[in-house]
Amino acid sequence: MKVHEYQAKELMARRGIPVPRGTMATTAEEAVAAVGPLVQQTGNPVVVVKSQIHAGGRGKGTFREYPEVRGVHVVTAGIEGGVPAAERQVGELASKMLGSTLVTVQTGPEGKTVNRLYIEQGVDIARELYLAVLLDRSTSRNIVMASTEGGVEIERVAEETPEKILRAEIDPAFGLADFQANALARGLAIEGDAAGNFVRFVKILSQTAADLDTDLIEVNPLVITTDGEVVALDAKMAFDDNALFRHPDIAAMRDDSEEDPAELAAKVAGLNYIKLEGTIGCLVNGAGLAMATMDTIKHVGGEPANFLDVGGGATEEQVTQAFQIITRDPNVEGIFVNIFGGIMRCDVIAAGIVSAVKNVALEVPLVVRLEGTNVEKGRQIIDESELKVVSASSLRDGAERILELTR
Amino acid sequence: MSILVDKSTEVLVQGLGRTGQFHTDTAIAYGTRMVGAVHPSRAGTEFHFDGETDHSGVPGRDDAYSVDLPVFAGVAEAVDATGANASVVYVPPPFAADAIMEAAAAGIELVVAITEGIPVGDMIRVKRYLADKATRLVGPNCPGVITPGECKIGIMPGYIHQRGRIGVVSRSGTLTYEAVHQVTQLGLGQTTAVGIGGDPVNGTSFVDVLRMYEDDPETEGVVMIGEIGGTAEEEAAEFVATSMSKPVAGFIAGTTAPPGKRMGHAGAIVSGGRGTAAAKIEAMTSAGIVIAETPSDMGDAMVRALG
Repeated sequence: MKVHEYQAKELMARRGIPVPRGTMATTAEEAVAAVGPLVQQTGNPVVVVKSQIHAGGRGKGTFREYPEVRGVHVVTAGIEGGVPAAERQVGELASKMLGSTLVTVQTGPEGKTVNRLYIEQGVDIARELYLAVLLDRSTSRNIVMASTEGGVEIERVAEETPEKILRAEIDPAFGLADFQANALARGLAIEGDAAGNFVRFVKILSQTAADLDTDLIEVNPLVITTDGEVVALDAKMAFDDNALFRHPDIAAMRDDSEEDPAELAAKVAGLNYIKLEGTIGCLVNGAGLAMATMDTIKHVGGEPANFLDVGGGATEEQVTQAFQIITRDPNVEGIFVNIFGGIMRCDVIAAGIVSAVKNVALEVPLVVRLEGTNVEKGRQIIDESELKVVSASSLRDGAERILELTR
Repeated sequence: MSILVDKSTEVLVQGLGRTGQFHTDTAIAYGTRMVGAVHPSRAGTEFHFDGETDHSGVPGRDDAYSVDLPVFAGVAEAVDATGANASVVYVPPPFAADAIMEAAAAGIELVVAITEGIPVGDMIRVKRYLADKATRLVGPNCPGVITPGECKIGIMPGYIHQRGRIGVVSRSGTLTYEAVHQVTQLGLGQTTAVGIGGDPVNGTSFVDVLRMYEDDPETEGVVMIGEIGGTAEEEAAEFVATSMSKPVAGFIAGTTAPPGKRMGHAGAIVSGGRGTAAAKIEAMTSAGIVIAETPSDMGDAMVRALG
């Protein structure tokens, strides 16, 4: 689960990680009201208006409705016109940004609607660095990744100048050791007071990853201010969905408006569904087989409309809901059900298919391929249902048949 | 021979909810030597299982079985009483990591964790805990391990398996069944089939299992099934190129998966351009692994690899 920048910073601030001061705003009025207190409290005449969406590249992104407006804007109060002028400018920006569509390199061409803004104090930047804590799957440990190349995409740094990326492995029994944090500070050429501040920052950050069950914490850029403070200028956090049960406060931060409505409905039903652009709907058990089913549809010349894994313990209701979710997509011209029963028995699937086809009055062609535990019972239920279902003998056969039927 | 499990394997079950009970029953029907259960609130009682024998399993048994499985409060007590050397974990995700560590602490040699949805942070700690233990963990989020005709630990349908000469190893449960089914139909059969699981942190890697198959005299070839995410397949390809004499066929799921999306399995995600199907297929092809174009061709790919 992803959270917004302002939420990530709130979680960091709670743990003693330095972040700039800021206020979240859902209306232009709230945005304007945030400016005066920020300037007063921080003594910094600069405020930044930042779009809050679950995608990166906001600073360079622009709004479809207002191509001249970018996703992040710096407003300077106190030069000409002082705070009132800054408030006017923030108000104008906020009323354009809120409710409009921000398109960045990461949102894809369809963009994302901005519903929340973060009004943040300006920071006097001496250096911009990169810092992240993430899982290294090869060693089964979290690592700290750091780079002197802050503010740019880390993938590009990894591609072009991999020697500029520093790593430190976190031993789960001990956490990040002082010597490791010190070595990172030296590697990044951080000197003076800032070095101590950095060590403190990175140690708290790596402990935060373990304590909050994050998939990823990324601070890009991590800023060293002209005063030697070390501050998270941007913050991205993603959490392990499987661990949210022990972090109800974080689970409550979920912003449903950032999710695809069909994928959200599937999640509520306990299904793994991802919408794609094709025409052949898929209902499959097991993630690997569901992926392979999509691959095979593509291989025989079709385009899959979705990924859908009904999982291990799927009930008849879940299968019914799976059908409803698939058929809600107007692009779907046919459905391929591919079940190899292990933990999920074919008779359960068959009963689900029969009731679902009846419930949703299925109008598109359906190909079913069943194999595995209780397969005879499953096929019997399908055959005795008097449904118009084509059965297939293998995955490839099923993919070819559904393609024929939709042409 | 076979790897990991055989007819001498004696198995405890940890977690006897509905799923655990269902699959314990099918394991007993198959002929697996289930010797006890761990269930603190029902310690001192017995779980009764009876039904018709699955004759696709261990040969030469009666047509029906009736078993009373003793229930213990903890793994240590269960090992003392039964001498079990393996355990299978069906414990719900919040408690599964602890169950694995409990089994390791009790000296269990092989722990097969079926549970899906264990937090990654828990698995990071489990791996650290296991580092100085002799216990091998297979999974989590996997179908289990089966040596046809000898021992079935997990949730795979037994009857699709047939004893033979091919080793199967996979990150995906249902794709393992596909491969096994095809290998059976081609008359090759399996020595052992191992699901290593779809989580980003797991106990046993492709390389671990490939090494075991390489050392197993009965195994003549291996089908290896990977998917997007991580670099385990690339590491396996490197191992095949440098250290394996036996032919390997492979399949990678997720060619059509959009980047940045988690495809059902916690570990199946292409992030930052890493972990793509294309990169894995390329690494495996250059290591001499015969790639199946669709999952329906996995058996044929094995035949081609065997030459």
